[in-house]
Amino acid sequence: MGALHRIDPAPAAATILQRPSALDPSAGDPVVQVRGITKRYGGSVEALKDIDLDIPRGKLTTLLGPSGCGKTTLLKIIAGLLEPSSGEVRVNGREVTGPGPERAFVFQDFALMPWATVLRNAAFGLELRGVPRREREDIGRHYIREVGLAGFEERYPHELSGGMRQRVGLARALAVKAEVLLLDEPFSAVDEQTRRKFQEDLLRLVAQEKKTFLFVTHSIEEAVYLSDGIVMLSRRPGRINRIIEPAIDRSGSPDEIRRDKHYLDTVEEIWHGLRDYVD
Amino acid sequence: MTLCGVRVPMMASLIVWCILWEIVGRMELIFLVPPFTGVLSAAWELLHNPKYLDATAVTLRSFALGMTLAIAVGVPLGILMGRVRAADRLLGMWVNMFVSAPLSALVPILMILFGMGTATVVVTVFLFSVWIIVLDTRAGVQHVPGSLVEMARSYGASRWQLMTRIVLLAALPEILAGIRLGLIRGVKGVVIGQLLVSIIGYGELFELYSRNFLMEEFWALTILLFLFAMLIAEAVGVLEKKIEYYAGVRQ
Repeated sequence: MGALHRIDPAPAAATILQRPSALDPSAGDPVVQVRGITKRYGGSVEALKDIDLDIPRGKLTTLLGPSGCGKTTLLKIIAGLLEPSSGEVRVNGREVTGPGPERAFVFQDFALMPWATVLRNAAFGLELRGVPRREREDIGRHYIREVGLAGFEERYPHELSGGMRQRVGLARALAVKAEVLLLDEPFSAVDEQTRRKFQEDLLRLVAQEKKTFLFVTHSIEEAVYLSDGIVMLSRRPGRINRIIEPAIDRSGSPDEIRRDKHYLDTVEEIWHGLRDYVD
Repeated sequence: MTLCGVRVPMMASLIVWCILWEIVGRMELIFLVPPFTGVLSAAWELLHNPKYLDATAVTLRSFALGMTLAIAVGVPLGILMGRVRAADRLLGMWVNMFVSAPLSALVPILMILFGMGTATVVVTVFLFSVWIIVLDTRAGVQHVPGSLVEMARSYGASRWQLMTRIVLLAALPEILAGIRLGLIRGVKGVVIGQLLVSIIGYGELFELYSRNFLMEEFWALTILLFLFAMLIAEAVGVLEKKIEYYAGVRQ
């Protein structure tokens, strides 16, 4: 576990590994296991170095770090879209050799087919699997409603706002009924109001769908607001800097949470931690 | 276009040129320029001339055959070059050379290879149009957003599904632009091929008219051909705009 640089229990409100972490490779029943992942580009640039990580089932875990820390690279390796230079990823104990039906990806730039309707886009994963048209459209319609886009089924992506397009991306990922959803900065191309609404909807979906969400972001507030666990990566070569479990009480309204002292302290805490190596 | 505050339709300039042509023709300055009305009536007669209709049928057949070949070869070749770097390196130089080469010079050689007949004309149409289709398809394929390809892969698309459902459709605007330019070049190819072979189709008619100084018929034939090229390019243009509505609005 050489990769886990642990910082002594901090005095702040956040629970920083004071108890055995669910993200710690020694904890039980992880759905994704990352072991010794290193990624080099062109032989010399090291994007990731010796990443060991366990992603607990049914939780929302965030990969947080500055630009260029390799968080998207790590997510794409877990998705099977990139091959690591060394190390391995296991999902449900099985080694990842490429994309698989138990994982679904949500893209930063939405990656919608501009020539297809919202419905066809949302059901595209099922279309590729050869699910009959009627069945896949029923499932597609269901998840379009789930993400709050009912009534837009026959529209085309360019008729939608950025936030709505990403909802289609999310519906597509949910429609294939994958266990693990991998989200690559899904809100970075979305304006601030939409982003907040979207975050709240995502929390509802996490609670309702009981899936594992692995989320990449560079926004500290977003990470703290959404996550059960935050994995902080340091800059090049990307390594795990530390792991935080915010344990925010989410029973209140979104505004209450955002004013919550515990929430604000955790944000501050992470910001101080990050600043050390931003300078 | 507005003239003295009055909106003048686009075709107006064409009318001005036609009137000018008519005046110059009436003045009988040179026999090369007969009055425009004479050309028009020649065109009308031509449209009822069985010899012309036969020539048109022969020409259209060569053109259609050559273009079908060019599209059937050009689009897959362009996709291959856009996706596989080795293929691009191997073929890129040749395609770029042929796209700008004066291919008319090759037609006499083609005549030796394919004979003095339709085959040579078909090959000429093919050679005139295929390269631009390859280049535009290649450009289109290279500009397919990487995330769309990753999306298809992450949802388990096979190689074939990736090609037919993502790459081909995402590159469609460029492919159609290539086909439109290829069609225009193909019209050139069919005329040059027939002129050089000179015993079939429009080539035969052009030879006949120019050798006998039948300038009215000569110009009528030229204008009809010109109209055909414009119409066919315009038709693909309309299709292109329709496609761009979906695929052109890229994120």
